[in-house]
Amino acid sequence: MNTRRKPLTILASGLAITALALAGCGGESGDGSAAADELTPVKLQLQWFAQAQFAGYYAALDQGFFEEEGLDVEILEGGADIVPQDVLASGDADYAISWVPKVLGSIEQGAAITNVAQIFERSATLQVAMADSGIDGPEDLAGKKVGSWGYGNEWELFAGMQQAGVEIDDIELIQQAFDMNGFLAGDIDAAQAMTYNEYAQVLETENPDTGELYQPEDLTVIDWNEEGTAMLQDAIWADTQRLEDDEEYQKTTVAFIKAAIKGWAYAKDNPEEAAEIVTGAGSTLGTSHQLWMTNETSKLIWPSTNGVGLIDEAAWEQTVEIALGTKNETGATIISEEPPATAWTNEYVEKALAELEEEGVDTKGADFAPIEVELQPGGN
Amino acid sequence: MKTEVRRRWRPSAIAWGLGGVLLPVLLWEGYKAVGPASGVSVGGMPLLPRTTDLAMPHVWTMLQRLLAPESSAPGAGPMWVAVLQAAGFTLGIAGAGWLLGVVVGLGLAMLMQRFRSANSAMLPWIILSQTVPLIAIAPLVRRWGSQLEFGPFTWENWMSVAVIAAYLAFFPVAIGALRGFGAPEKAHEDLMRTYALGWWQTFLRLRLPASVPYLLPALRLAAANAVIGAVVAEVSIGLRGGIGRMIVEFAAAAGGDPGKPWAPIFGAVVLGLAAVGFVALIGALLRRYRRGEQAV
Repeated sequence: MNTRRKPLTILASGLAITALALAGCGGESGDGSAAADELTPVKLQLQWFAQAQFAGYYAALDQGFFEEEGLDVEILEGGADIVPQDVLASGDADYAISWVPKVLGSIEQGAAITNVAQIFERSATLQVAMADSGIDGPEDLAGKKVGSWGYGNEWELFAGMQQAGVEIDDIELIQQAFDMNGFLAGDIDAAQAMTYNEYAQVLETENPDTGELYQPEDLTVIDWNEEGTAMLQDAIWADTQRLEDDEEYQKTTVAFIKAAIKGWAYAKDNPEEAAEIVTGAGSTLGTSHQLWMTNETSKLIWPSTNGVGLIDEAAWEQTVEIALGTKNETGATIISEEPPATAWTNEYVEKALAELEEEGVDTKGADFAPIEVELQPGGN
Repeated sequence: MKTEVRRRWRPSAIAWGLGGVLLPVLLWEGYKAVGPASGVSVGGMPLLPRTTDLAMPHVWTMLQRLLAPESSAPGAGPMWVAVLQAAGFTLGIAGAGWLLGVVVGLGLAMLMQRFRSANSAMLPWIILSQTVPLIAIAPLVRRWGSQLEFGPFTWENWMSVAVIAAYLAFFPVAIGALRGFGAPEKAHEDLMRTYALGWWQTFLRLRLPASVPYLLPALRLAAANAVIGAVVAEVSIGLRGGIGRMIVEFAAAAGGDPGKPWAPIFGAVVLGLAAVGFVALIGALLRRYRRGEQAV
C-alpha cells in the first residue's frame, strides 16, 4: 500500500510546489503609496493597451499631477474585448477614454455616461494609398479595394465617401488586420491608418523600389479633418448619474480633468520623456514608434483652439450628424435619434481650465511645434 | 528489461525528434524558395500564402531577430530574454489556471461519479459551458473579479486570466476523470463491496488508480487549453507582461521588422512544450498506474 501511494504523494507535493511558485507571480499593482489614505481613489479605463495615445494620463500619473489634485489614480488598460464605456457604465471605473461615435451608440442603448472633456480636438484617422495609385480624395475610392477595421472605426470613411458620391457598393470593402501587410502587399489600395500608429508602421517598412524606408512622398493620405467628415475621438467620459447627485464626484471630475490636461501639456513639452514613461508603464512598442505616437498624439490636441478638453459644439454636431446619417455596409446607422443633452457638458472642463489658467498653465499651446521623429525600421 | 528496450530506441528517437523540428523548417524554406511570390489562389480564394520576405520571413531572419536586442533603446536586452520572460509570466498564469481547472474538474467528476442525479444534472451544463465564446466570458470574469475584495485580498487582473484558463482547462479533466472513475470492471467493484469498503475507500483504492490512463490525456488537453486560454485572455482583457500581449503588440512591426512578430510565437511554442512536458513528468511519476494505456 505504502509504495503504491508514493507516486500520488509525489504528484501532490509537485502540485503544491507549483502552487507556491504561482503565489509569487503576478504582483504588479504596487502603487498603493503611504499617503494614499488622504487621496481619492480613481480608476481610469483606457480603450487599448498602454501606448503613447494615452501619454498624457501616464505622464500625469508619473509626474504626480493626479496626486497634487488629491487623486490616487489607477489606470486600467484596455483589451480586445474590453469596451471602456461599458466598464464605466457598470461602475467598474470612474472615468473612461473612448471615441465619441462609439459611445453615442452605447448611450442610445442605455449607457448613462457624459463626455466631460474632449481631449483630442482632431481626428487621427486617415485613408492611406500609394502615391501612384491615383487616389487623392474620397471620390477616387470608387472601384478600389478599400480597407477598414470595422467595429466602429469605419464611419468617417463611409461619411467621406457618401459626401463624395461614392456608394459602399462602388468599392470593394476589405477587412483590415492589425498590421499593414495587406496594404504593403497590394491587397488593399487604400488602407485605414491612424496618424500615430499604422501610418508610422508603413513608414517603418523598407520600400522594395528604393531599398529605403517608405517616405511620406511615396504615399497619399485622405485626412478626414480636411474632408469635413472627421468625428471626435478620445474624450474623457464620466458617469452621468454620479455627476448629477454626487458632489464629491463633481469635484473629482474637475480635479481629474485638470491633472490630465497638465499631463498632456507635459507630453507636449517633453515628448521623449513622455514616450519613456509610457514604455515604462509596460508598453512594448518600439522606441521610435512610441516617440512618433507621442508626437502625433500631441498634434491632435495642440494647439488647442479653445483650451484642451473644451467640447466644440460644431464638432460635436458634426459627429452626431454623421452618426445619424451615415449608413454602413449593412444599412445601419450608429444612432437613430439625437443623443440626450446629458451626453456632453463643458461644466467641469471649464472649471478645470479656469483653475489651470490661474496657475499659469498654458491650456492652448498656441506656440506648439511638433518635433521631427526619425522612424527606425520596424519602429525599433 | 524495459529500460534496455528504451535505451536501444534512443538514437533513432532523437533522430525522429530532430526530423520533427527540421521538417517544418524545410517545408517553410522549400515553399518559400519555389512558391510564387504572390501566393497561390484559386478563383480569388487564397490557398497558399505569399512567399515574400514580409509574408514569410526566412527562418534565419526569425532566429537572428531573437538574438538581436529587443528594441533600439539603450540597454535593451536580447529579444529571446524578453520573450522567455513573457512566456514564463504566461506559463505561471496558465499553471494556476490549470491547477484550478484540474481541481474543479476532478471535483465535478467525483460528484458525478458518486451521485447519478448529479451526473444527469451537471453533465449537460458542463458541455454547454464550453460553447460560450471566450469573448463573452472574459469581460464578465474581469468585471466580477474586480468587485471581489475581502480584507487585504484584492482581485488582480492576472487572476481573471487564470480563471479563464481554468474555465477552458476543467472540461477535459471533468470528462476524462468521469470516464476513468467508471473504468474499473464490475468484478473489481464487487470485490471492494465484499471487503465492505465504502464509496470513499473504493474511490481511493480502485477508481482513482484505474482512472490514471484516462486522466493523463485529459490533463494534457487541459494543459494545452490552459495555455491557449491564458494567451487569448491576456489579449482579451488587456493584461500586460505575457506572451499574448507581446504577440499583438509585435504584430504591428510585421512590415518593418518581419522577424519580430515571430519571436513571441516561438515563445508560445516553448510555453506549450513546457506545459506538455510538465504533464509528461506527472505521467512518469504515475507510471505504475498506466497499464492498458494506448497512446502516451
